[in-house]
Amino acid sequence: MTIERKINELNERRKKVIAGGGAEAVEKQKSMGKKTARERIHALLDENSFHEYDMFVEHDARDFDMDKKKLPGDGVITGTGTINGAPVAVFAQDFTVAGGSLGIMHARKITKIMDYALKMRIPLIGINDSGGARIQEGVNSLYGYGEIFFRNTLASGIIPQISVILGPCAGGAVYSPALTDFVFVVDKISKMFITGPEVIKTVLGEEISMEDLGGARVHSEVSGNAHFFARNEDECFTQIRKLMSFLPWNNTEKARITEPAEPVRDYDIQNIVSDDPTMPYDVRDIIRAVVDNSDFLEIQELYARNIVIGFARVGGRTAGFVANQPNELAGVLDVDSSDKAARFIRFCDAFNIPIITFVDVPGYLPGVDQEHAGVIRHGAKILYSYSEATVPKITVILRKAYGGGYIAMASRHLRADFVFAWPTAEIAVMGPEGAANIIFRKEIAASENPEETRRKMVEEYKRKFANPYVAASRGYVDAVIEPRETREMLLHALMITENKQVSLPPKKHGVPPF
Amino acid sequence: MEEYKFLKIDDTLYKTRLNHKFLNRKKYQPVNPGAVTSFIPGTIIDVLVTEGQSVREGDVVVILDAMKMQNRLKSHLEGTVIKVNVKKGDRVPKGAVLIEVKPL
Repeated sequence: MTIERKINELNERRKKVIAGGGAEAVEKQKSMGKKTARERIHALLDENSFHEYDMFVEHDARDFDMDKKKLPGDGVITGTGTINGAPVAVFAQDFTVAGGSLGIMHARKITKIMDYALKMRIPLIGINDSGGARIQEGVNSLYGYGEIFFRNTLASGIIPQISVILGPCAGGAVYSPALTDFVFVVDKISKMFITGPEVIKTVLGEEISMEDLGGARVHSEVSGNAHFFARNEDECFTQIRKLMSFLPWNNTEKARITEPAEPVRDYDIQNIVSDDPTMPYDVRDIIRAVVDNSDFLEIQELYARNIVIGFARVGGRTAGFVANQPNELAGVLDVDSSDKAARFIRFCDAFNIPIITFVDVPGYLPGVDQEHAGVIRHGAKILYSYSEATVPKITVILRKAYGGGYIAMASRHLRADFVFAWPTAEIAVMGPEGAANIIFRKEIAASENPEETRRKMVEEYKRKFANPYVAASRGYVDAVIEPRETREMLLHALMITENKQVSLPPKKHGVPPF
Repeated sequence: MEEYKFLKIDDTLYKTRLNHKFLNRKKYQPVNPGAVTSFIPGTIIDVLVTEGQSVREGDVVVILDAMKMQNRLKSHLEGTVIKVNVKKGDRVPKGAVLIEVKPL
């Protein structure tokens, strides 16, 4: 009988914590289209896989009458569970408890689960929904944030770290997501900014709504801080589960190999790309034409759309894809697309994911705004990331590959393991028009019919240089292939490079052009 | 979806889509050394010069309150004030031309 009484007591205590901030706060949370922290964890993880820890942690703050306040779980839920059968560590801030504010014990619960994740080498998923620092706890809150940021940095490149923004995440709190690998946002629910609309209004006199300043759409389209945009929470959890299926548990493992599957037949790879290098097409159709089930998980779909990045499988193996997008800004490299691609390449390299690059690039975007925004430094990030990456690097040049863009897009010179080119490839120092105008400037100017001479010279240049064979004659291209041979070449290259071994000169770390 | 437009790179016209960010990019404005501008949005606390007055390089011409700081804005060159576009109490956006000085 005694033990039953004790078990009853345990269940009573559990019930209190599970009630969170109480019925009224939960009601308010739901009225905003938001799930509670516990519901979110259950929706995200495999059924019945969640195991919660530190349920009975309490704060011991005394100032401002805090000693009279009990905060269930101190406003955050932590534990471990599985996604698609693979283990993950999770924390979820509970907005119904003191607005999910971060006090010292709240932070300690988070850092404890982070330490677990790092020690056990399992991915970490953080669900953010918090008003920010618990002001009553003063500098202890700052200690808490600092300890979280430090651990995000230590764990970077060792375990995949995912941030889910399901409510406000403002001020210093935004830096934890910024330090993690992938940030998920949900329309009308996520709000991220360093300084909010009120402060901006008082200090600078600029008026802007919270949504326009730091809503999900803004971070997905404009700032590039978010990687996945969902219309509601359920869609967001589906996206996370999908992403996790492509990733290894940690940097010493490879992603799980699945049953190979053919692409679906709707994509006729030979008829997607026009041989006229100025004509647009959607490069994602090329990716879908070569990957298993034509299933491509695009990352940062709405940001810097002139480059496409994402995961897919080829013959059951996860690969990271980087592709210029001729449909958008002619597929140029610029500040934003360089940042987007470079970080993705480094993620793939850190987690043993081979990189497949599809090249169709006219060069860099010209403009004062680009130069003044530091396109030199940002563009250099692509060179740095590809050069540094030691995972298998397989490059397919679909059409144009001009100048610096050619070098940057995983060329042989940055140690691509395989470079294939389609017969439509044009590997040259620049486009025929620009090159002819420079090389034959005098002839064109001296000619009686400059336009006619220019046209002839452009044709001449095209005939000689706008092809893959000059580069192939130097061995910069390993094989010129038919579009329909692409998947087979990729399958083979991935098999050949499976146990690739290269070693870079020892160093503490490089100094990339951040 | 936006319509296809054309983008010129190295004398070649590419048919492609142009996004908002590209279309709304800031056009370059050459620097006018005679213009004293607000480097930050704020409120004008004081205007220390009047039109026609001569100033030397480094003379404080406007005091701009922003970010809880009183910023002393100086003339970049020696010359005559030809235009005063603000008065005490005005709120100004970033980059507004407050005073124009004609060099000697």
